[in-house]
Amino acid sequence: MRTLADLKPGTSAEIVDLHGDDLAVQRIMEMGLTEGERVSVLRYAPTGDPIELRVRGYNLSIRRADASNIEISKD
Amino acid sequence: MSTAAPAATKKFRAALIGNPNTGKTTIFNALTGFKARVGNYAGVTVERKTGALKGSNGKVELIDLPGTYSLSARSEDEMIAVDVLTGLRSDQDRPDLVLVVVDASNLERNLFLATQVLEVGLPVIVLLNMVDAAEAGGIEIDVEKLTHRIGTKVIPLVASKNTGIDEVAEELNDSADRLMPSHTEVFPYEFTSAAEKLHEQLIEAGVPERYAEPFLVRRCLLEAGGMAEARIIREGGNNAKAAIAEIRKELADNGCRAMTLEARCRYGWIREALDGVVQRPEEHRASFSDKLDAILIHKVWGSAIFVLLMLLIFQSIYTWSGPLMDLIDGGFGALGEAVGALFAEGPLQALIVDGLIAGVGGVVIFLPQILILFFFIALLEDCGYMARAAFLMDKLLSKVGLSGRSFIPMLSGFACAIPAVMATRTIEDRNDRFTTILVAPLMSCSARLPVYVLFVGAFVPANSILGGLIGLQAAVLFSMYLVGVVVAIGVALVLKKTFFKSKTPSFIMELPPYRAPQWKAVFHRMWERGMEFLKRAGTIIVAVSAIVWALTYYPRPSDELTARVDAQHAPQIVEAEAALAAWLMREETPATTEELIELSESSPEEVAEGAALLDGIYAAESDRDTALQGAQIRDSFLGRMGHFVEPIVAPLGWDWRIGMGAIASFPAREVIVSTLGIIYDTGGDVDEESVDLREKLKNARYEDGSPVFNLAVALSIMVFFALCAQCAATLAIIKRETNSWRWPIFTFAYMTGLAYIAALITYQIAIRLIT
Repeated sequence: MRTLADLKPGTSAEIVDLHGDDLAVQRIMEMGLTEGERVSVLRYAPTGDPIELRVRGYNLSIRRADASNIEISKD
Repeated sequence: MSTAAPAATKKFRAALIGNPNTGKTTIFNALTGFKARVGNYAGVTVERKTGALKGSNGKVELIDLPGTYSLSARSEDEMIAVDVLTGLRSDQDRPDLVLVVVDASNLERNLFLATQVLEVGLPVIVLLNMVDAAEAGGIEIDVEKLTHRIGTKVIPLVASKNTGIDEVAEELNDSADRLMPSHTEVFPYEFTSAAEKLHEQLIEAGVPERYAEPFLVRRCLLEAGGMAEARIIREGGNNAKAAIAEIRKELADNGCRAMTLEARCRYGWIREALDGVVQRPEEHRASFSDKLDAILIHKVWGSAIFVLLMLLIFQSIYTWSGPLMDLIDGGFGALGEAVGALFAEGPLQALIVDGLIAGVGGVVIFLPQILILFFFIALLEDCGYMARAAFLMDKLLSKVGLSGRSFIPMLSGFACAIPAVMATRTIEDRNDRFTTILVAPLMSCSARLPVYVLFVGAFVPANSILGGLIGLQAAVLFSMYLVGVVVAIGVALVLKKTFFKSKTPSFIMELPPYRAPQWKAVFHRMWERGMEFLKRAGTIIVAVSAIVWALTYYPRPSDELTARVDAQHAPQIVEAEAALAAWLMREETPATTEELIELSESSPEEVAEGAALLDGIYAAESDRDTALQGAQIRDSFLGRMGHFVEPIVAPLGWDWRIGMGAIASFPAREVIVSTLGIIYDTGGDVDEESVDLREKLKNARYEDGSPVFNLAVALSIMVFFALCAQCAATLAIIKRETNSWRWPIFTFAYMTGLAYIAALITYQIAIRLIT
């Protein structure tokens, strides 16, 4: 399974599915990370975690642990 | 008597809600003219902020609800917005209208909350804020079309430039009471009909209408394990539980998975609603924010700038507040003297000067640190850097179960725990926030430094270790800071695994665009926080100070005690007086003022000799007064408590006098230095650099002649002070921030317990290593 945690800075992909704990999934989706949405990774923090994303026209930060529950398209 | 109030005096209430970083506070300030009533909602830690609309003569009241991304709620704290909007709170009347603030550059995500609010059943006005920034980013919004699509009034504005504010005020004053609730529906028929069915079943199951109104039933269905569901089950029992499970299953069979339904439906609806309303540039243009981010969260530059910024903040609260604090200290000292002169010497004078004025001074003294820290926090938050700081520090703090949001409060703790605890408001997650509040007082604050300096200077040899690289004294000082950090890490780990176990350790945070700070708002926030501290914590601190003052002031020295000290010091005074008398009796000594002036011109040494003899009398008298002060405090209730705790503190290597010093330091740890000064007869006017006090401590002896203090005792005292909760102001502010007495009591108990154990271990190990 390819996840958002595998996405390199400067690339983007489409969200296919969200896995993991119900509560966490709900919180992530409320922020606009829903199935079918295109997400791009802007950069990693200097320590490698968390990750800065761009979705629905705004920037947000998400931890690798959460990103690895977000399945993305192959392209 | 009339039964109903006349319609003209009925207040019109408007609630203000919006995502964080949308300028909601700016709008609230502009509408109320910076005049707000701040308090707490009962039973939760959420700030309650209300204000009258400027120019409405108090007829329109604004309620500022906490900034949030969603109405979904898993705790009472998160439920506040829903409770206020549905009229479930007894301490807040239900609003007549909701103002939803949305960021024009970020409409999709902002409308998520707006569509939730539309379902509450109240009239809604959407405030489309920061349209200037959106335009600058190439985003065009057709406001008229948007109004039709959402089905509510939409007012575009730029709150930071006061554009559009008048229109909002006008709307609230004149026509808002004629607005109707919107009938926009984002959910498919399967869901709405299921929700209606559940509503009926719940009423049948005996759930009161106020907990099972249509909006709350929807929230219950959408949020498995949420507050709305918990309350319905609490009211309706197993029947309600079964009905919810049944309907959820039906929905799932129809392809509506509760977990993903809400986000999918709302964002789907929003995408359609905004089609043809919002024009965005095809390719995302690298904005000013993106370019700034490339530097500010760059691997090398970003980290370097962060470290410099933190050093600046720390330096300013730690060092720059010093002169201001001295000024306050001196001011209250002078005030005490001036007021003291108005009263005759006695208990009333002592209570007012040493109890009340000194107590109030002990509160105000913290203001410089609070104001400086909150100036920086308000500034960093306002311009958007705060989220970046959390982004940079998140990994480090995630190791102890916290998030990057805890970094600045923790760092501030090294200067002072009070602003640190107040700074935790920026932590959104309740579990993280409470954990940070409870461990921040373990950071070695500036009030601990005098204690370290006194004991390190007096008892740690000035050797160097590691081949001359570091002085032993510096190493000991550093390890005191380290003790606090290590214990804080341990306590945080334990708390996050017990009381404040997060259901999900996830951390999602918006990185808002950078903006130029609004200075007026920054200074307003800083001032608000300072005043809040004075009002909320002040009374408790003054009360505690007065109690400890009374314990040291009473009982007054008995005539017998006074006579004994007088007798002890009489020979020295008599001797000094005799010396002066002998000098005066000499033939050469001038008898008149003219002769004295003549003598001082011809032979100044002669006169100096006489003056020195006079000083000798004063010194002998002052020695006696200091001794009496010391004898009195040793005999006071506090001194008796010192004797009482002696068996408890003996394993730490302490005698009863150290025990009483430690007890006296519970309101504010820094008083230990002056208290030791009084106890050891050097007078209370000493500081940690005082050579006199150091000598007195070194020379202190038990009755068998062995020294009271040695290196092991000094280390044990320092470790105790490093970990103990000796600060009434911190406990008072924890009470205020957690809105409960449970947590300050818990903090006091665990810190004092740990301090005792750690001091015990330190002493028992050190004494064996040294001998």
